[in-house]
Amino acid sequence: MKVLFKTLGFSLGLTLVFTLVTYLLPQMKGEAPVEKQVDLGSLTMDDFVALGEDLFNNKGTCTLCHKPPPLGRAPDIQGENMVALSAKRLADERYQGEAKDAAGYIMESMLDPSRYVVATWGKKGSNDSESPMPVIDKAPIQLSSMEMDAITAYLQAKDGNEVTVALPTAEAAAEVSAAPAGGSASAPAPAATADEAMAKYACLSCHAMDSKDALVGPGLVDVGGRLTPEEIRQSILDPNAVMVEGFPPAMPADFGTKMTVNELQMIVSFLAEKKG
Amino acid sequence: MMHSKFAKLFPMSLLLMLLFLGITAPVQATDPGTGSVADRIAPVGQVQLTGEPPLETESEVAAVEESVEPRAAPTPSRSDYPDIGVSSRAIVWVLAQLHLFFGALVLAVPLFVLIIELVGLFTGDERYDDMAHEFMKISLTGFSITAILGGSLALVLFLLYPDFMAYMMRVFGAQWLVYAGLFFFESFFLYTYYYGWNAFRYGNRKWVHLSLGLMLNASGLTIMVLANSWATFMMAPSGVNEVGAVVGNIWEVMKGPLWNPINLHRFIANIAFGGAVVGAYAAFKFLSSSDPEKRAHYDWMGYTSNFIAILAFLPLPFAGYWLMAEIYAYSQQMGITAMGGILAWLFIVQAVLIGTILLAGNFYLWAGMSRTDGSERYKWLVKFIALVLVVTFLIWVTPHSLILSASEISQLGGSHHHILGPLGIMPAKNIAVNLMLIVTFLSFQLYRRSDKVATVRWAPAGNALMVAIYVVAIANIIFLGVYYGYFTNTVYKVGSSVAQVASTLVVIISGIVIDTLMFRNAKILPSHWGRIPDRAQYALFALPIAFTWLMGLMGYVRSSVKTHWHVYTVMKDNSPDNFIPTIAYAGNMITIVTVLFLLCVLFMFWVANLSGTRQVKPAAEGGAA
Repeated sequence: MKVLFKTLGFSLGLTLVFTLVTYLLPQMKGEAPVEKQVDLGSLTMDDFVALGEDLFNNKGTCTLCHKPPPLGRAPDIQGENMVALSAKRLADERYQGEAKDAAGYIMESMLDPSRYVVATWGKKGSNDSESPMPVIDKAPIQLSSMEMDAITAYLQAKDGNEVTVALPTAEAAAEVSAAPAGGSASAPAPAATADEAMAKYACLSCHAMDSKDALVGPGLVDVGGRLTPEEIRQSILDPNAVMVEGFPPAMPADFGTKMTVNELQMIVSFLAEKKG
Repeated sequence: MMHSKFAKLFPMSLLLMLLFLGITAPVQATDPGTGSVADRIAPVGQVQLTGEPPLETESEVAAVEESVEPRAAPTPSRSDYPDIGVSSRAIVWVLAQLHLFFGALVLAVPLFVLIIELVGLFTGDERYDDMAHEFMKISLTGFSITAILGGSLALVLFLLYPDFMAYMMRVFGAQWLVYAGLFFFESFFLYTYYYGWNAFRYGNRKWVHLSLGLMLNASGLTIMVLANSWATFMMAPSGVNEVGAVVGNIWEVMKGPLWNPINLHRFIANIAFGGAVVGAYAAFKFLSSSDPEKRAHYDWMGYTSNFIAILAFLPLPFAGYWLMAEIYAYSQQMGITAMGGILAWLFIVQAVLIGTILLAGNFYLWAGMSRTDGSERYKWLVKFIALVLVVTFLIWVTPHSLILSASEISQLGGSHHHILGPLGIMPAKNIAVNLMLIVTFLSFQLYRRSDKVATVRWAPAGNALMVAIYVVAIANIIFLGVYYGYFTNTVYKVGSSVAQVASTLVVIISGIVIDTLMFRNAKILPSHWGRIPDRAQYALFALPIAFTWLMGLMGYVRSSVKTHWHVYTVMKDNSPDNFIPTIAYAGNMITIVTVLFLLCVLFMFWVANLSGTRQVKPAAEGGAA
């Protein structure tokens, strides 16, 4: 019996060690794409570009392969100006496609990736005649034409080029299955800096940042001296809890559901440092 | 006697047949029907008027229409999945993995039992025969447990994933019946093989027995490859069009691009797993016994089991490499999801598990050297092997990219550590894993040599050649990994790993060949079975625990690369569990399954020992006393 307990104890202990290792690693969930409708009534080109970026990074799974060297298994298209590069590709004698411009070339690359394979990136043994890239409008990725347009718009806009694809029509909306959970046309990609976050949520429409001047809401140049970071956080999440005298309850109360945790933290830290 | 019984039964059977025909004939004849003769006979569908074309029944017409327009895979919505209040995936996860563990065990044991029986036949050493019989005895209950788990799994799948199962039934059709039929064959051969062991023990009867074992393995392996085809169809469907409608025959459906790589990988892994599990049995019996004879027997049994497990384990990474290469060839996206995406972290856990297996396997071999006095010649090498194992193990578990905050990135001076970062990528890991395999083989080779002294004249030259092969292979592995891994692009990086694996294989194969030739007619030094420290037996427990956990982990990865698809690209998973859970959740699930398996195996061993136990008859009441 003693042997049984000793060996069982050893075996269970070892099992728990392996379990512990899984707790030490980053904990991430891989969410399945969620079907959503795009509100065409309020869709701007900026939203459309943001949707494209979101699709590129999430549902489209483009970044699985299109990474900066040496990690990438496909050209680093986020790191390159695709409009300028498209012109070179179209002029390449190896190019056999039908595209006439950058937008056409990008779209063709998604629908028929083997039409032009960038040198050294072809399937092994194919002599760069066959691309390992999946066709993007087919399973498992299955982007709609509107989603591919959004990605094209993003790839044009990210380097400051003119966006030549048109905003989607109402007919296109019916077939849209937009971004994954947390991302949609009305909730574009998370902001990277406090400035971006404040621009995204239009804080400056109602608050002056460099003076005490009252617009719709109070000026925030000295907000860090008046409020603690916790109070600033409360003012954003629940603006009607404590009202500054003389101001109407006009601030949206739904930032708590719209902002990411990181965006909220960036804005709070930024405002907490503004002491006049 | 026999004749008279038959004579009585035959007329009775004939009478029953006539009676049956007598009942059915009037039923057909008295149905008058309406309209023409052709109309009246059409429902029967068996009769054709002379000179008329064949009749078309309604079912035939429907079949023609159906064949024109194949049915696409179903697209169930979330509400189509029954909700029983507990995660459906968790239930299926536990049952499927337990079924697979036991399936692997009961497929593997008869395989190496047959080989051990053959060894016994050719060497004339009956100990092998007895050990093979004992292996069968301890795994016998496993067949029933496998069947119970498989039946439960099927019921649960039909209950919780009805649309998916309906689709799989439609795709594989009659293959399911073939699968079920094979169990009759397997059961027949299993019971005749096990219970006929002593009845067919010598002479020609032994060959009958071996044939039964061969047929047992053949039916078992056929069952395995059929079941594998369902898993690989779900990962890389073939024989269906892009909406999942069946367009090919059953062979085209089964023979997907991942079928054979999975078949090979599971076949080898099963042997390693089975060897490890029965090794734990031997270790337990060794530790429980104080009788030197029994300890010697179970020490030998444990050694043989470990030998089987490690021997099968060594080529496993190469089979795994082939499988991953085929996954990449089928879908680069799927390959990267496994190796470079959200599931990539699991390979750190895999490294810990394989490291544990190799360390335990090596430790057992080093401890086992104490059985022979001749091992003193090689013991000085053990510390260097241990050093290489530890260093390479640490390189293997070094992660590459971490999830870091901005301040952590600034402290680190980038997203990767400037020294440890390069150790996190595949070239470093390829070097590490190949060196681990090479030094493990070295441990094995030293152990095998420790009770022998070569008597051939060319022994010094043979040793020098062996050392040269080791040195060149190790240098080649390091050079290929460093040069092509860090100084050229990804294409060469992948290509060079094949040459590294080839170097390792050269060491293993040439080692076996040289030793076989060099130690022919060697002087054998005495071995003392049972002369091994008790702590070495714990290595035999570490092996099955690590193997079980590893199989649970890799099974999870294999299944999860489909992401939110039941059948990749053709049938979406819209159930509430269609996301990839966190690593800790997966770890908990794997641990639960491993512990359940451990308990079931204990039960299996206990039942096996029960059959050899006989209660002492109690003294009669009010007896002599």
